[in-house]
Amino acid sequence: MKELIIISGKGGTGKTSLMAAFAYIAENKVLCDADVDAADLHLVTAPDILEKHDFQGGNTAVINKDKCTECGLCIDLCKWGAISETFEVNSIECEGCGVCVYFCPEKAIDFPLNTCGEWYISNTRFGPLVHARLGIAEENSGRLVSLVRNEAKKLAEEKGLDLILTDGPPGIGCPVIASIGGADAVLIVTEPSVSGKHDMQRVVQLANHFKVPAFLCVNKFDLNKDITGEIENFAKEKGLTCLGYIPFDQTFTKAMIQGQTIFEYDSGSAAGQAIRKIWESISEKLDDLRASS
Amino acid sequence: MIISIASGKGGTGKTTVATNLAVAIGSDVQLLDCDVEEPNSHLFINPVFEKTITVTTPVPEVDEKKCNLCGKCDEICQFKAIIVIADTTVMIFPELCHSCGGCEKVCPENAIKETSRELGIIQKGYRNGIEFVHGKLRVGEAMSPPLIVKVRSFARPDKFTIIDAPPGTSCPVIASMKNTDFILLVTEPTPFGLHDLKLAVGAVKMLNIPCGLVINRSDVGDNKVKDFAKKEGVPVLLEIPFDRNIAEAYSRGDMIVEKLPGFKEKFLTLYDNIKKIVS
Repeated sequence: MKELIIISGKGGTGKTSLMAAFAYIAENKVLCDADVDAADLHLVTAPDILEKHDFQGGNTAVINKDKCTECGLCIDLCKWGAISETFEVNSIECEGCGVCVYFCPEKAIDFPLNTCGEWYISNTRFGPLVHARLGIAEENSGRLVSLVRNEAKKLAEEKGLDLILTDGPPGIGCPVIASIGGADAVLIVTEPSVSGKHDMQRVVQLANHFKVPAFLCVNKFDLNKDITGEIENFAKEKGLTCLGYIPFDQTFTKAMIQGQTIFEYDSGSAAGQAIRKIWESISEKLDDLRASS
Repeated sequence: MIISIASGKGGTGKTTVATNLAVAIGSDVQLLDCDVEEPNSHLFINPVFEKTITVTTPVPEVDEKKCNLCGKCDEICQFKAIIVIADTTVMIFPELCHSCGGCEKVCPENAIKETSRELGIIQKGYRNGIEFVHGKLRVGEAMSPPLIVKVRSFARPDKFTIIDAPPGTSCPVIASMKNTDFILLVTEPTPFGLHDLKLAVGAVKMLNIPCGLVINRSDVGDNKVKDFAKKEGVPVLLEIPFDRNIAEAYSRGDMIVEKLPGFKEKFLTLYDNIKKIVS
């Protein structure tokens, strides 16, 4: 079984639209949405939810006013300034470190486990999907990402499917690290803009840091052919394979508005043709990885 | 006054709005790029940097001569950053440490000292009348909020401060939006844009901060974003239609207020309207 994660560094380069297109073409796979903070894949895949589970992660301090003698030790100890002078804990500021709970001489601070999101196993017209929703302003997105990836793996094993296709989050921080650690390969979707290139270079560094094989593709390549050329040169220098170039095509947006993949909306679009080629190359790369493992 | 520019969905135009607003205002303005995972504003502002600071966070170090493996540090640590393996050894995983100081405090043998882990760097510079600060998370570092807090410590009350926030609605975004006077949300009128805008408005309401909306590529999608904004009482303060010239200018790192006619005025009107809402 192989696990491919789609990431980008910069947001809005087309990860989810590309992922949806791959979902349409690829066979024998489990889909996984690891962008738990702003999950969008369900808007195209229209999942029929089969299982729904609470996600619990981390604790928050709660002061029991009946027991509290207002000694102020917790305020002094809290590195986050989360406890007010009136001994209320600001749950947004509370890091869940439990230091106040441990040291309170009156044992007046409770430390309940947070329910900070939900995760789901669903059926879609493209096959099974594991996805999640992190509550607004919640922490522990990395743990939720690890959880959905694990569940996707279990599901693939149960169903005898040999591919996990995962839509990753933007950035290079905690949820991205949780998304790519131990994956077989990442596909980085970039765009030819000064920011797209800059962010792609950082996410390439991240993939190298965690020793995950990385492949590149350029979306909207014709928007700025000079920068597409610079991206090409960067890829060459780093020994990175660029698997393809997708032209700027408003069919992507039109398809998204209809809740469809680009192939369902228009089977002959220029962008669609480019995506098919990229998928063929990615499949070959995954087969090579299978053969060598 | 301090405002933050946020979006939910990535790639909707936060940086475009933040940088063009700063350049349109031109003087007595600060731009703090708090998208420390992927900071981009500098690519458009091109500031002359005059200062680079390395930002670290405290993490524990154990003096094994003093440690008697009692396990109290392991017990207090909520993040599995310090682990005592049954009477044999103590292990530290600095990358998991949240710097709460609990282990050092709880150790009865005074065996734990503070050392540090690098979070990233902060750079400060200028372009004309714009004071510019951004953070760059070290590649491999997972925790961005403490670096964001450090970038925000550069905010000066006598200036108009613009924060370019990261995408999403989880802790790094909250760290960038909280305790600001106004939140400017940027979205696009597509199903992804709307879905993530709903999450962002939820976060803004939780923080109880006034907000307004910029609709970018305003003519590419449908009317659902406007309907939602109306229903939620979020004023639409600026619409930027899709224009290949804008997309190409952006791709090169050009400022639309400098390259395309009419935009400087639009951004100055946006500035006036934000000031009116806040005061």
